[in-house]
Amino acid sequence: MSEGGFHKEMQVDGVTFLIRDADEKDLPSVTDLHAYNTGQHTPDYWRETYHRYGNSTEGFFYVCTIDSQFAGFIIGEVRAWEFGSEPCGWVYTIGVNPEMRLKQVGTRLFETVCEQFRKAGVGQARTMLHRQDNLNLSFFRSQGMMGGPYIELEMPLD
Amino acid sequence: MKLQKATYCALYAVLELARDPELQLSATDIADKYNISANHLAKVLRDLGRAGLVESVRGAGGGYRFSGNLKRTTLFDVIHLFEDVGGASARARDSHEGTDIGNALNLVLSEIDEIACATLGSITIGTLLKTMRWRNERAARETVDS
Repeated sequence: MSEGGFHKEMQVDGVTFLIRDADEKDLPSVTDLHAYNTGQHTPDYWRETYHRYGNSTEGFFYVCTIDSQFAGFIIGEVRAWEFGSEPCGWVYTIGVNPEMRLKQVGTRLFETVCEQFRKAGVGQARTMLHRQDNLNLSFFRSQGMMGGPYIELEMPLD
Repeated sequence: MKLQKATYCALYAVLELARDPELQLSATDIADKYNISANHLAKVLRDLGRAGLVESVRGAGGGYRFSGNLKRTTLFDVIHLFEDVGGASARARDSHEGTDIGNALNLVLSEIDEIACATLGSITIGTLLKTMRWRNERAARETVDS
C-alpha cells in the first residue's frame, strides 16, 4: 500500500470518482471483473497479486468507485526493465466494470497511476497487450500510448 | 509500410473532415491543401461516401462532411477500403505457399501483417486527431521553453 493510503476524489462532468488503494474487500469485485473479461476465475491469483502490489510498497493497486460502487481497478509498478532499458512505469493490468464504461473510469485510473509513476521519477509508461485485444489496445492508444522500441518474442517450450 | 495514392487521399479527406465534423469542404478545398488531384479525390470521396464515412451536402456552401464515428472508425477501416492491408492473398501468390521455404516466409510476413493490422485497427480517427493536438501542444510548449 502507498504511504498513508492513497485517496483521490474528483468531479468530472457531474460524476464523483473516488480512486483509492485497493482493499482486501475489493478482491471479489476484482476477481469477478477479471473473470468477466477473460473467462478465468482465479481468486488465489488475485489474493497473491493484492499482497504483492496492494498490500506492499512494490506497486500501485488502485480501485475506482462511483457512488461507492466498484467501477474498475488498475495495477502498476516501477520496473527497471530487462536488456538495459531505463526504469519505467509498467501498467500491469486495468479493468473497468462493463456497466461503468464510457464514464472515463479507465482514463481516470490510468492518469492516476501515471501521476504516481511521474512522482516516482520515471519518464515512460509501458504495458504489453495481446495484439488481438482491440478494446485495451484502443484504450491505451487513446491515452497517447504508441508502439515503443521493444518487441515481445516468445516460443513454445515443448 | 507504403500506402497507395488513393489511400493517402482517403486518409487526408477523412481526417481533414473529421477534424471539425460540422465543417463542409469541397473536394477542391482538400485537394488544394494536400496538393493532390481533385478528380482523383472526388472518386475517393465517392468510395468513402458508399462506406458511410463521409456524406455530400448539396446546395450553396455544400461539400463533404465526416459522417463516421470518431470513436469507432479506425485507420484500418479507412485503409482497407482501398488496399489489402493484411496482404494475405498477395503473399500466398508470391511466396510459394506449400513449400517449406514458402511457409516459413509466410510465417514471418504474417507476423508483420498482424502487427500492422493490430496497430491500424486500434487507432481511431478520434485518437489520431487527439494525438495530433497533443503533439502540437507539446511542440508549442517546447518552443516557449527554449
